Amino acid sequence: MTVQELPGAAAYRPTPPPAWKPLTDPAPLLPDPEPYRVLGTDAVADADPGLLLRLYAELVRGRRYNAQATALTKQGRLAVYPSSTGQEACEIAAALVLEERDWLFPSYRDTLAAVARGLDPVEALTLLRGDRHTGYDPRAHRIAPLCTPLATQLPHAVGLAHAARLKGDDVVALAMVGDGGTSEGDFHEALNFAAVWQAPVVFLVQNNGFAISVPLAKQTAAPSLAHKAVGYGMPGRLVDGNDAAAVHQVLSEAVERARSGGGPTLVEAVTYRMDAHTNADDATRYRGDSEVDLWRDHDPVLLLERELTGRGLLDDAGKEEARGAAEAMAAQLRERMNADPVLDPMALFTHVYEEQTAQLREQAVRLREELDAENDQHGTDGGAER
Amino acid sequence: MTTAAATAGRRTAKAKPATMAQALGRALRDSMAEDPAVHVLGEDVGTLGGVFRITDGLAKEFGDERCTDTPLAEAGILGAAVGMAMYGLRPVVEMQFDAFAYPAFEQLASHVAKMRNRTGGAMPLPITVRIPYGGGIGGVEHHSDSSEAYYMATPGLHVVTPATVEDAYGLLRASIASDDPVVFLEPKRLYWSKADWSPQHPTAVEPIGRAVVRRPGRSATLITYGPSLPVCMEAAQAAVEEGWDLEVVDLRSLVPFDDETVTASVRRTGRAVVVHESTGFGGPGGEIAARITERCFHHLEAPVLRVAGFDIPYPPPMQERHHLPGVDRVLDAVARLQWEADN
Ligand SMILES: Cc1ncc(C[n+]2csc(CCOP(=O)(O)OP(=O)(O)O)c2C)c(N)n1
Repeated sequence: MTVQELPGAAAYRPTPPPAWKPLTDPAPLLPDPEPYRVLGTDAVADADPGLLLRLYAELVRGRRYNAQATALTKQGRLAVYPSSTGQEACEIAAALVLEERDWLFPSYRDTLAAVARGLDPVEALTLLRGDRHTGYDPRAHRIAPLCTPLATQLPHAVGLAHAARLKGDDVVALAMVGDGGTSEGDFHEALNFAAVWQAPVVFLVQNNGFAISVPLAKQTAAPSLAHKAVGYGMPGRLVDGNDAAAVHQVLSEAVERARSGGGPTLVEAVTYRMDAHTNADDATRYRGDSEVDLWRDHDPVLLLERELTGRGLLDDAGKEEARGAAEAMAAQLRERMNADPVLDPMALFTHVYEEQTAQLREQAVRLREELDAENDQHGTDGGAER
Repeated sequence: MTTAAATAGRRTAKAKPATMAQALGRALRDSMAEDPAVHVLGEDVGTLGGVFRITDGLAKEFGDERCTDTPLAEAGILGAAVGMAMYGLRPVVEMQFDAFAYPAFEQLASHVAKMRNRTGGAMPLPITVRIPYGGGIGGVEHHSDSSEAYYMATPGLHVVTPATVEDAYGLLRASIASDDPVVFLEPKRLYWSKADWSPQHPTAVEPIGRAVVRRPGRSATLITYGPSLPVCMEAAQAAVEEGWDLEVVDLRSLVPFDDETVTASVRRTGRAVVVHESTGFGGPGGEIAARITERCFHHLEAPVLRVAGFDIPYPPPMQERHHLPGVDRVLDAVARLQWEADN
């Protein structure tokens, strides 16, 4: 029995106090019951072939990047890598819909989005490599630091977008979060702030089925994560996260709405995490091969490849070209990651405060002495060791 | 750190009695007038002017985009401030009461305190978080916490707390001008304390991180800050009758910590008592006593003592007087320093 069917429920209508009126009409905010698709549907006729080919090349490169980074963990070159294999369509679309002046707020899984936005692949990996927390200047690239605590980057995106609008800049912030992250308080607070402030933000939830081992059913009782938007007074959009053309279109519309003053949007992209949570996780403990195999048929690279070849836009030579470019990127990444980074232990003290405190100066002197003593003993250069 | 803003001000002939609350409000106003990047946000800071009226009139003068009533969500407020600072603004966040800042602690510890460090200096966050703290105003549960130890234990934050009207103005100006995040703890029971002061009367404010000797003395040093300063001043006054000449050091800044001033004072006097109303166990006093012992061991005539609140959750208002260290407890501690009058 639903609430509607309860005896007396239909008759009861709360009378709002006179000053209260709803700001928003819920009807246009509601997501469609089925994820929006472009590939393999009539909608694809409107898709720009140039864009589809661009997406394809980026997807192939992204897939290779994930494989290479995962391989680097096995060689001990990366401390950890949360692969986004299977989720490349979301990662790439997130990067490609943004203008240069816009900002991306990625989570720890979104290295690929940062790279697709143009960040140096090695700089993008410094966090996961373990030599520095953020290997790039966020302002120069308009990419916030990859965020490890779940959902905490979302209110930052709202604040930044709000500040940009106050300054009169038509800048949009796109913030990425996982399905598990939608349960965090910061997710709620960010969406609420964004809607109240009508901030130019797009929230992209990559629903990849799991938060480490916990399936979506244990994360939420909502009909979809996109439905959550309605309660805040913003549109919720549900999209097939493995359909690159669809994700690109839905995000573009959301970015456009934000830029033109239409406020925030919550986009849920339904996708699947093909690899384990990270290289340190054992996915066989919580899911079977058959489930993974079902998704193999709905792989984002495959879907796009089928569409492009079916329409005569891509032949074997084209595929080969995309793979070749990806292979070259991987070779370069391998080579650069195999060089030991130059670390400066004294840098530990340089960026805690603008000016070092007396206490930090003392501690820096102590470390310097320890390093000098080590050098005397081993004859190594303590200032630039791994 | 910009200290020019903190020391700026035109001299006029007459200072009028002003409260700490007024001085804080004036500091916000002057900072906003001087720098369009300064934005105030929080719960009820706009139309109402804050529950303590510190932000009174700011929304009217600068508009509600510069002084913003936010939704009721502390993590959201501070999290949004992070993003605003990333885009070049200088947000000043008001947390309504000490214990209600806890939902925002995650943002504070994981992001506000670390952004400069995480980004290798590329992205400092000039955020000031104003938190009314401490007891003594008869507040109900969750309205009287002394939360300074949490913030002190978080590298990357400055933690300051004024005890006088002059410092309230000067330290807040310096905090807002600082490119580092500052947790600005406002001793709410001193909000209505008065001094002959007007912002036109220039008050030279040293950079954040300097303690000040409020009362010179030769026999022992009372080290204190914020709400406990008046208690210590009163204790020092009372001790005179018994022939004790107590020096009182007001830390003003807990992070960075002014070892220099504290060490110099204790080496002079040879005895030290740390006084604060925060709990003793795991509280600021333990850290301060350890620092003094490490630096002044051979000058000490007695162990460094602590006079702190009890190690209990902040008590209900009708009982708080038993918890808060008062003059007698300070004098008892001084007596325990095994005073040998040499004067
Ligand atoms: C606040 C917080 N709590 C716990 C964790 C530990 N943790 C890291 S990833 C993860 C699961 C996140 O799942 P989801 O949001 O669905 O993102 P996904 O990893 O699937 O991309 C957890 C619990 C964390 N990083 N932050």
